[in-house]
Order: sequence, then structure tokens, then C-alpha cells
Amino acid sequence: MPAMTADQVKAIEDRHPQIFQRPAYKRFWPLLMIAGTVLYLAYALWFFSLPQVLRESHWERLPLFLSQWISYDLQPEFRLDQPEITPKYPRFSALGENPNPDWVIKNPDGTFTVQIDGNAKSVTFDKTVATIKANGVTVPISLTSGKPVVNGPVPDWVTVHDDEIVARMGFVGEVRVTVDRVKVRKRFLGWANFVFDTRSPFFGKSAGEVISLIVSGPDLQPGTSNLALAADNIWNNAQWQHGDVWTKLLQTIVMAFLGTLLGGIVAFPLAFFAARNITPSGLLSQVLKRFFDFMRSVDMLIWALFFTRAFGPGPLAGSAAIFFTEIGTLGKTYSEALENIDDKPREGVLSTGANGILVQRYGVLPEVVPVFISQTLYQWESNTRGATIIGAVGAGGIGLKLWEAMRTNSNWANVFYMVLLTLLVVFIFDNISNFLRRRLSRTLHDYNRLQAEQG
Amino acid sequence: MTSATLHSDATRQQAEAWRRQTSLRRFYTALGVGLLLVAMFATMWFADEANAGHFFDRLPHILDFLSWLVPKDWNDVWRALFDIASPNDKGTQEFNFPLGRVYVWGGFYIPEYFELMLTTVNVALVSTFIGFVFAVPFSFIAARNLTPSPILRLVVKRFMELLRAFPEIVIAGLFAAIVSIGPVAAIIAIGLHSIGALGKLFYEINENIDMRPEEGLRAVGANWFERVRFADLPQVLPNFMSYTLLRIEINVRISTIMGAVGGGGIGEELKLAISRGFGAKTLALVLLLFTTIFLVDQFSAWLRRKLVGEQAFLMSA
Repeated sequence: MPAMTADQVKAIEDRHPQIFQRPAYKRFWPLLMIAGTVLYLAYALWFFSLPQVLRESHWERLPLFLSQWISYDLQPEFRLDQPEITPKYPRFSALGENPNPDWVIKNPDGTFTVQIDGNAKSVTFDKTVATIKANGVTVPISLTSGKPVVNGPVPDWVTVHDDEIVARMGFVGEVRVTVDRVKVRKRFLGWANFVFDTRSPFFGKSAGEVISLIVSGPDLQPGTSNLALAADNIWNNAQWQHGDVWTKLLQTIVMAFLGTLLGGIVAFPLAFFAARNITPSGLLSQVLKRFFDFMRSVDMLIWALFFTRAFGPGPLAGSAAIFFTEIGTLGKTYSEALENIDDKPREGVLSTGANGILVQRYGVLPEVVPVFISQTLYQWESNTRGATIIGAVGAGGIGLKLWEAMRTNSNWANVFYMVLLTLLVVFIFDNISNFLRRRLSRTLHDYNRLQAEQG
Repeated sequence: MTSATLHSDATRQQAEAWRRQTSLRRFYTALGVGLLLVAMFATMWFADEANAGHFFDRLPHILDFLSWLVPKDWNDVWRALFDIASPNDKGTQEFNFPLGRVYVWGGFYIPEYFELMLTTVNVALVSTFIGFVFAVPFSFIAARNLTPSPILRLVVKRFMELLRAFPEIVIAGLFAAIVSIGPVAAIIAIGLHSIGALGKLFYEINENIDMRPEEGLRAVGANWFERVRFADLPQVLPNFMSYTLLRIEINVRISTIMGAVGGGGIGEELKLAISRGFGAKTLALVLLLFTTIFLVDQFSAWLRRKLVGEQAFLMSA
């Protein structure tokens, strides 16, 4: 095929001036928008002093925190300045009152061995010398000269400080050696004591033992059945607080449900008076519409803070906050749906001499109810998500608990537990809402099909 | 048997069937409404029980509680808003208005609350921008009719679902420990959430496009990028922009709440003012926040009307 000649190109250009000769502002506005965005981003960079924030941030904490979501550590400490070396565990350690883990070994010659990852990563020590093994290298540390000294070459995973030697072994843990103590941090994958905490009589028993105790064992606590005791121990697990977490989660669900439902109930009649085509008075319609705008624009946060002050912290305040915001949101969407209806059924009912309420009931309602329900379900879904965050300002629910667990920066496993539960709840409610909306759209669809068949 | 009785028999049967059908439907409707009412009262009772103060105990005191909101001197509201010294200042935090001035040039200052409001709005804008930039390419991959690979599509879709459902407050808390507490952590949290929320809306738009331009481009041998750029993007861009504007409205609200839990901006100040009962400050803050949200909403609605005409959109997050 021969290439087009300049004349042919010109002819095409002349035939379609609206494409090839657009006015300058139309040709340049995308460029202008991009330039504006870039300028704004430069301003934002300065406004949030982003370079400085990023320079001072601690990205090395991210993998550490994330690993803490799904793991826990044990930190035995061995004092070397006591007459006899004995392991000490911090209070509330995951091992309970009498820890005697099999990875802390007292050797026949009086030395201790702590296996951090089998024998490949371990530390063996007495009062004079500590030997750290990891990555196929053995590092002897002499402790007799007033400060710890590495004998021989120092590998790069060992850091020598003035009075302390730190050996980092990656995810599995680390060893810190000074002249008077050896401190080990050993990390385990999983959640410690998720079912029974260390105070429970069931603690440390295998699943089979627990089941046989529940089924046929002697009462561990006189007067209570083992089943009740086990349930009570799980519900009141001090470390994971299952009972509290689940109650708070239920509060979040209740807040979203109650707030959306009450909002819908109040917005429903108001929407009829606000819809331009149905309202008995134009002034009333305007007033109601501004009222809806007001309820929406006074943010959910403001309502939450006010109601928290009025009713005290808890789900009542959260429900009330969602309720007030929803009056505005649902009122607006309902009245917009009403304004978009087909007027013919209404005129038909009106022509039979029906009174006002009957006209709405038979001429308007059948058309809008599926739309109303579908929009209410949407809001319910989004409020189930929003209720979490509202909770953090004191309006009840899981939000505050999440926020408090995060503030200490040490409870990430609990945070992850609550996140998983929240995700589960959001997932379930999304699916319920989707299912109901699909059913609804099917009735809508059937209704339309029947209408079409009957002509 | 005459045709008349036949006819009336058929009519009677029809009427009977109709009655059966409607009575069944009415029964289900009544059952549904009844269950909903039971659930409503049960949850009301539950919420009331779990709350620190109970509804009927507190109700008579609602107005007492509102009394702190009425300032002794209404001018204090303006003074609080514009950081002008108040004659009521006794050295407490309630009337220390000029303290938070942000000096820009000599004696010219931005009042504290305006600066905080600006922070909140900027957080919302930047996070929406982040959401948009990532959601657009994701949406092309996640759309059934445009995806370059079905496996990639599934991965991207699940990823966006996760971002959408993940509680923002946890992301904010995590990044508060990394980049320090403040607006940057809030931007990251809201931005990640926006990627998921916008991505979902965007790929649903993509799945509803007219595929003929795409086929035309495919016929002349255009590659994936060219097809998306010249066949899909022109069709969907107005809708994308419209949803992004809606997202800005939502993000302004979220960033206010984020502020109240340490994300910087106006939320924190509002929380302090309300919890300590500073009437004038609270009114000033509520006025400013209300006006800003109202203006943002109106501006976005106007722009959306220009972009896609009179088209109703759901306010879904």
C-alpha cells in the first residue's frame, strides 16, 4: 500500500476540523491539569516536610513489627554474678509459672546451652567463657577481663559494644552477652497461649488431654464442670482477652446496624416531603434538603464526640453518631430516588380518587422500595467499616481496643488477631449485603420482564 | 357446562391464586419487618447496656450538657477562629487564642485552626491522588474484558479487596511507629484504603465499556498499552474523575477522624475542645469544619455535574 500523500493528509484534516483543529484551551487543558497536579504535589511535599519525615523514619521497624504479628518471643536471662547460674524469665512470659523449656540445657559440666535454632544457632556459657554458634561459625567470648572480648575474628552478624556483645541471628532471635549476664531472645512462629493462658489449669496440656479432661476427667475446680471451667478460661484469657474482643466486635456490628436502620426509619418519611415531585410545599422541600446537607456535613466525628460526651463512651454514642449522619445521607439518596420515579403509576392511582397516603403506597412505593433497600444495604456495609474507626475516639466497639493495643507497640499479635476478626466481619457482612441486593435486583428484573411481556 | 360458568370458574381460580400469593407475600413481609424490629430493640438494649452512661438516665441531662457549648461572649467564637486575643483570657487553655498563630511573613499569620484545616484537606487530597494513581492501572488489570492475564487479575482483585477491608486505623498505627505520628501516617493509611476503594469502582466501570473501539485497535495491531490508552481511557476518564471527586469528599471526613486519633490536623483539636468543654473553641472548630466539608461537597458536586451530567451516584465508601 502506498503511503498517503501530503494532499490526502490535508484533505482528511480539512474534513474533520473538530478533531485536528481544536481550540487551544481544549488542546492544552490536560497539560494544564497535569502541570497543576505536579505543582500541588511539590507544595504538598513542602507542606508535610516529606523529605525530612522520610529521612527520620525507621523503616527497619516494619519487618520487625510485621514479624511480631505472627510470632512471639521468650527472653530468658542468666545472671553470671550469682553463686549459681539460673535462668530467669520475665513476669508474664508465655511459659507460665514454672518454665522448663527443653531448649535450655544444663550440661553435666555445669555450663548452660541455649538452643536458639537447634544446635546450629546456639550459645553455650559458664561464668568465664561464652561460645556463640551460628551460620557455621563459632565465636568464643572471654568474660574474665572486666568486659566481654571476642577471641578471634568478629563475623558481621556480631556487634561489639563497649560492655556488651550482640549476636543477631535473624528471625529466630539474638544473644546479648555482658560480663555479668547472658540474655537470649528466642522467637517462635505462631500465637502463644491462644486458647488457655498460663493461669489456667488446662495450660500446657495437649488438645487430646484437654478433651479427655472435659469428657471424663475429675473436676479440676470443685463445683464447676470442666467444660464450664474451660469455656470460662478461654473467654477470660488474660493475654488475648477473647471475651472482651468479641464483645467489642459485636458492639461495632451493632453500632453499624442500629445507626443505619434508625437513620433509614427516620429518613424514609422525611424523603417524601423533601422530594420535589411529591412534597406538598416547595419551601418544606428546600428546608428538608438543607437539613439533610447539614446532618451530612456535620461530620460523623463531630457527632461521635458530642454523643460520647453526652452518653459516655460506648456503643450508644457510636450508634447515635452513625444514626445522625445516616439521616442526612439516606435522606438525600432516598429523596433523589423519589425524584427519579416514573410518574405514570402515580397518576393512575390518583385518577381512581385515592387519597394522599394510598397514592404513595400504591403509586410510588413499589417503584422505590427496592432502590431504598439497596441503598440502605450499601450504607450498612460502609458503616460496618466506618464503625471501627469511629470507635477509636471513644464511641465504643473494637476501634478503641485496637488503638490501645497499637499504642504500646508491643502487642502486635493481639492487633493482628483483632484485624483478622474485623476482616472476617467485613467479609461476612459484604456477602450478606451483596446476596440481599442480588435477590432484590432479581425481583426488580422479574418485575420489569413481566411488565414488558404484558406490554 | 356453558361458557359463562367456565369463565367464572377460571376467574374464581385466578382470584384464589392471587389471594394465596399476596397473603403469602404479606406474611413474609410481616415476618421480615417483625424480625427487623426484634433485632432493632435487642441491639438497642445491648448498646444501652454496654454504654458507660444509659440513655434514659442521661436524656434529662442532654440540655445541661449542651449548656457549656453556649459561650458567655459570642464574640469569642470569632476570636477563636481568627486567633485574636480575648478579654476573657485568664491564662487557661480555654481562651488562649493567639497562642497557635502560624506566622508567615512579618506580622501576617494564618490562624491555627485554618492551618489545621488545611492540613486535613491536604491529607485528603494527597491520599486521593495516591489512590487514583495506583487504582487506574490496577483497574485495567482487574477488568475482565481488558486484563492481560486472568491470574494477575485475580491477584490484583484480591489485593484491592484486602486494602479496602483492612482497618485504616491499623495501617495508621503501624506507620505512626515508623514515620512518626502525624499526617504522613494518615496519608499512607487513607491512600492505601483509597487504592482499594477506587480500584473496585474503576474496574467495574471498565467492565461496562463499549468494546468496539478496542476491537478496532486490536485489528490494526495495537498492543495492550495502546488499546487501553486509546480505546478504554477516553471512555472511562470522566467517570473515573467523578468517582475520584466523590472519594475526596469521603477522604476529607476520614482524615478528620484520623486527626482525632493522632493523624494531625483539625480532628485532634476538636476532640480536645469537646472533651474539655471549651464552648467557644468547639463552636469555632465545628463552624470551620462544617463550612469546609460543605464547600468541598458542593464544589465536587458541581464539577461532577460538568463531567458526567446529571447522574446519580451512591455515596458508598
